[in-house]
Amino acid sequence: MFHYLVLAAILFSIGLYGVLTRRNIIGILMSLELMFNAANINFVTFNRYIISEGLTGQIFALFVIVVAAAEAVVGLALVLLIYRNWQGIKTDYVNVMKW
Amino acid sequence: MTQHAYIIGLLPLLGFLMIVFFLRWKEKVAAGFSISMILISWIMSVWVLLETIASHSGSYESVLYEFVAFGSFKLEIGLLIDPLAAVMLVVVTTIGACVEIYSVGYMHGDPRFSRFFAYLSLFLFSMLGLVLANNFFMIFIFWELVGLTSYLLIGFWFEKKSAADACKKAFITTRIGDLGFLLSLLLMAFFAGTLNYAGVFEQVAAGAFPPAVLTFTAICLFCGAVGKSAQFPLHVWLPDAMEGPTPVSALIHAATMVAAGVYLVARSMEVFVATADGAIVVAIIGLITSFLAATIAITQNDIKRVLAYSTVSQLGYMIMALGLYGYDTALGHHSAGYYAGTFHLMTHAFFKGLLFLGAGSVIHAVHTNDIQEMGGLLKKMKITAPAFLIASLSISGIFPFAGFWSKDEIIASTAGHPIFMFFTLLIAFMTAFYMWRLCFLTFFGKPRDQQKYDHAHESPRTMSWPLAFLAFLATTAGWVGIPWLSHGFASFAYHGEPYHPHASWLMMGISTVVAVSGIYLAYLMYYKRSISADKLAEKFKPLYNLSFNKWYFDEIYHVIILNPILKFGNLMWKVDANVIDGAVNGTAWFTMLWSDVKMWFDKWIIDGAVNGSGWIVRKIGNGLRFIQNGSVQFYVLFTSTFVVLFGLWKFEFTFISNNWPTMTIIFIIGVTVLAILTKMVTNKEDGDQESKQEN
Repeated sequence: MFHYLVLAAILFSIGLYGVLTRRNIIGILMSLELMFNAANINFVTFNRYIISEGLTGQIFALFVIVVAAAEAVVGLALVLLIYRNWQGIKTDYVNVMKW
Repeated sequence: MTQHAYIIGLLPLLGFLMIVFFLRWKEKVAAGFSISMILISWIMSVWVLLETIASHSGSYESVLYEFVAFGSFKLEIGLLIDPLAAVMLVVVTTIGACVEIYSVGYMHGDPRFSRFFAYLSLFLFSMLGLVLANNFFMIFIFWELVGLTSYLLIGFWFEKKSAADACKKAFITTRIGDLGFLLSLLLMAFFAGTLNYAGVFEQVAAGAFPPAVLTFTAICLFCGAVGKSAQFPLHVWLPDAMEGPTPVSALIHAATMVAAGVYLVARSMEVFVATADGAIVVAIIGLITSFLAATIAITQNDIKRVLAYSTVSQLGYMIMALGLYGYDTALGHHSAGYYAGTFHLMTHAFFKGLLFLGAGSVIHAVHTNDIQEMGGLLKKMKITAPAFLIASLSISGIFPFAGFWSKDEIIASTAGHPIFMFFTLLIAFMTAFYMWRLCFLTFFGKPRDQQKYDHAHESPRTMSWPLAFLAFLATTAGWVGIPWLSHGFASFAYHGEPYHPHASWLMMGISTVVAVSGIYLAYLMYYKRSISADKLAEKFKPLYNLSFNKWYFDEIYHVIILNPILKFGNLMWKVDANVIDGAVNGTAWFTMLWSDVKMWFDKWIIDGAVNGSGWIVRKIGNGLRFIQNGSVQFYVLFTSTFVVLFGLWKFEFTFISNNWPTMTIIFIIGVTVLAILTKMVTNKEDGDQESKQEN
């Protein structure tokens, strides 16, 4: 169990790092996927080792995958719009909500 | 009809409202409308009277509306029709109708013609309401309404200062009496627990009042009548009320205002019957008033003033008769006073109304009030003069005119009280004398002012016809009370019990002799001039002056009452100017000073606090504004940092030391954050350069 959790933590950290550092929005979305998957691993792990019967964690992971897919769709649609507006997909362009 | 008698009172009110709201500018329609209203009222009143006679003087009472109830104590609007009320209804509406018709001619061309009719209608409404009332509270309401409308009418020509003063005087003087009336109402409400006539009388008879309180109540009640009926010592307003238009005087003197006081005493007779002391006060006041007024009337030269004092005198007669009735009955004697008083109230209404309308007609013709400037008008005024003479005969008590019968009863009611009888006869003599002095000076002899005489003419028909009608009544109205009738006025007034006063030939003879001798003296002095009035006046100079100056009542009141009040008022004014104003100004000054202090406090402390907090917030905002830099990633960084910090705070340190894997995770995250922070700074510089390049 411990190893799985460490894996998830590392994966989460990599994702977070990606989200925080990538200048490219596509990259940020991809890093987000990593974080989702870290969470999925945690779900499955805890289900397997702590409850050990039933499939709640697994089903929840499936839900997360589905929702992540939907989120990716919305995100990519936003990326398209941003591209049309600024002719680029760098995050720095999207700073109009600044003070 | 009797149960709908309230309509009699409401019709003049309708007339008033219609004129005020719709007919102000249509003078003829206004007059016609109010006259038709009072005529309908008159017809209904006669009908009610006939029904009351047919029902053998039964009384009818009903409560129309109950508008306040405190537990068992109730204030109601109700209707009471008994013989007294029925007779008064007819008297009021008859005089009212005559006066209104007469006013069409008299007030012709007056700029406030319609308003005059509106006031007259309101006046009649008040008086009819007063007559119809079934309880003391309602009579008080209408009593005050009568006072108000008389104020409006006496002061109708308010441009004249004398008229304005007179109406104020009338209002204030009667108000003094009303205070007593109100006091007696409170006493009745307190001791009897009701204000209904029958209820109060029941309680009085049952002894609910302690004797002293009952006497006090009766005298207070009588105070109201003293004010309204112009009795001594509050009689001073009535002669001044002559400043109003003459039809108003006729109405006030004959049917409405002053009759209200006598009506009140007659109405509450059963209170006076229960207290001999109260009743004798009433009788004495009546006698004093009657005597005083008669002595004053002898020397007056203003035609309306003579009539005014004769009214006061006659009212004193009625009050005296009623008081004597109360006194005699309280002592268990038999008395004709109640019947005599109410009977005289009725006959007096007719002949006094006639006298005033006749005087108005004369004034209308010669444009002066001074009888010394008249004379010989009999030839010029073929209707007015005979009517006036009939009324004079009636008031003097000459057979067979109305006044003879009623005055006879009053004299009869003084039987058993020699002093009263002596003065009553003396007053009867004086009455005959001054009335015929008036008649001889006005209608007989040679004209003393030729110019005015030439100008004189008979009045228009609207004025002369009411005179003729009233002359008829002044002759015949007394016949209902002829002593030999077994069911005449007397038995009617005593609720149908067959009662007729003793027809005393002696009494009739004496009263006739007295009246005729009075007339004869007037004849000698003012027609034949065989006795010089001037010489007599010279001989009895002090007495003459006393009478001519109305016993100096106005002057005495001025010195005793008005001057102290004025002085007190002046004193109060000074107190006002110095103490009160000083206090007020001082307060204002202090307030200004205090507000200056407060302004300083406001400006520096409060505003300083407000501005200071604004300043602080602005500084903080300036310091923190770099956080919102529009970079989403920076927000995420911030969020995750604080999530980590929260985690650190939440899990206790013991837990952390015992769980090194968690520590590891936290360590990894911390390293990551630091890395990102460094990266951020460099990235930002890059981004800046990029955007510069793009621009």
